[in-house]
Amino acid sequence: MGTKLQNNIAITIIRVIAALVVLILVLLLGKILIAGVPHISWHFLTAPSQSFESGGGIGVQLFNSIYLLVLTLIISFPISLGAGIFLSEYAPKNFFTAVVRMSIEVLSSLPSVVVGLFGFLLFVVQFQMGFSILSGAVALTFFNLPLLTRNIEESLRAVPNLQREAGMALGLSKWRTVTKIILPEALPGIITGVVLGAGRVFGEAAALIYTAGQSATNIDFGNWNPFNSASPLNLLRPAETLAVHIWKINSEGVMPDAAAVSAGSSAVLIIAVLIFNLLARVLGNSLYRKLTATK
Amino acid sequence: MEDPIKSKIQSTSKETRQDILGRCLTYLCIGLIVAIVLSIFIFVASKGIATFTVNKASLWEFLTGKNWNPTVTDASGKPQLGALPMITGSFGVTILAVIFATPFAIGTALYMTEVSSKKGEKILQSVIELLVGIPSVVYGFIGLSVIVPFVRTHFGGSGYGILSGSFVLFVMVLPTVTSMTVDSLRAVPRYYKEASLALGATRWQTIYKVLLRSATSGILTAIIFGMARAFGEALAVQMVIGNAAIMPKGLLSSASTLTSVLTMGIGNTVMGTVGNNALWSLALILLLMSLIFNIVVRLIGRKGRMD
Repeated sequence: MGTKLQNNIAITIIRVIAALVVLILVLLLGKILIAGVPHISWHFLTAPSQSFESGGGIGVQLFNSIYLLVLTLIISFPISLGAGIFLSEYAPKNFFTAVVRMSIEVLSSLPSVVVGLFGFLLFVVQFQMGFSILSGAVALTFFNLPLLTRNIEESLRAVPNLQREAGMALGLSKWRTVTKIILPEALPGIITGVVLGAGRVFGEAAALIYTAGQSATNIDFGNWNPFNSASPLNLLRPAETLAVHIWKINSEGVMPDAAAVSAGSSAVLIIAVLIFNLLARVLGNSLYRKLTATK
Repeated sequence: MEDPIKSKIQSTSKETRQDILGRCLTYLCIGLIVAIVLSIFIFVASKGIATFTVNKASLWEFLTGKNWNPTVTDASGKPQLGALPMITGSFGVTILAVIFATPFAIGTALYMTEVSSKKGEKILQSVIELLVGIPSVVYGFIGLSVIVPFVRTHFGGSGYGILSGSFVLFVMVLPTVTSMTVDSLRAVPRYYKEASLALGATRWQTIYKVLLRSATSGILTAIIFGMARAFGEALAVQMVIGNAAIMPKGLLSSASTLTSVLTMGIGNTVMGTVGNNALWSLALILLLMSLIFNIVVRLIGRKGRMD
């Protein structure tokens, strides 16, 4: 076989493989959206779920997912910001830094079930908090921390060293240089990373089954006192999220329209993730333009 | 009388104090992360070891026993704690998924770096980002509604089993392996390629004899990362594998993985009982495996640097 022919065959195979991968995604998205979108209605998005009859919605689950995401970001962002600044600006080249880097790597590759079980052991069993939003948010924080830290570190590192030198030359302390000069410049990258991470957190279920629990208690949207157990803002109520809901109705659901509800919920999840992806790009770009005065 | 200039120079300035405070803050954050990792290991290990120290199960029987039935005791009065079915299941789906995914991942990566135009590359880049973004329960749901019936009609059996599990994992692992392979192909110095083309090699010869070989350690790392993701994936696999804690008889019979038994079991057992401790031992195996994957990646990285 001539080398030319061999070349042509091989390149064709590579093209076919790439086309197949695109096809897989198109089929996946098409399947979910075609099966799910017809079920999405205002009633579906806002009504409470039903356990034994059809016609239930996902209102409570959707609220829980969003609330949990906000809490997770509130807890994990400051910690990973500090850790990211440490790794990119302060970290000395020694054994301690090596250990730190390794533990972040290990944390990011831990199976999310194990992270969830640790949360279960620590909060639900040890601290006797029961299944609660707070336990869920902390478990998701464990899961989100390594990603966010790495993203912040990389965004900070991408800022040219000239800026740091300029700060030093003006007599600013390192801390002031970082917070007033480097951080604003790295902000677009950081925001992009945070939003992409939010998409992952939004769809995570394995870490939540045994921390935030699998039951959606009825919540009263007229009551916004965080200390009332029926309030949506209560931190100690069990909270089934949308992703956990899909898992639960598929593995032990008895409602007659389980397939329809999961198709609808999957479509909502996918649309949310698509929005997060889009948002990450748009926000990052527009912030970058605003902060750097590029057209 | 103290010299005011001297004291001004010698005392700590506001800037310095701020810097020290900031530095402490960052140390605090990083210390917190290290503490979390350490406590995960300590907690899960102490629970996982209890099966062997408190319940006196033998480690060897745990790893090689074929009967998983923590509530039933055998003739000698010991509970049947053989984790081999789950270990086999986990390795089975992981290895199969990676075998399916690797050719696709390398092909797609080559297309993105060597064959396609800028536009095609951008399209595939977003395809991969979207595949990463799809939540694992959604993969599980698709597996349940598409892959399980597909396997049932085309391969036989109930449709639940290792084959369905590895099909689902194939799609989940694909983007991870692809994007890391792309990175390692891009890291090959440009002049390698130019030298090969200048010698009259065709595009495929350059890819096969130069690019793939110099990117080997990176591609291996990508595959190991894919394996780590597949091994730890819980819900998507649990939904399609059938959840029977018995030795899998083939790719088409119901089986279970470490993660699937954990997700099903932890809620149904009482803390401190043998059955519960045994589940924590499974979690410990998961933890150790993810550590092993990490170490392998490091070893490959070190070897790749020496070349």
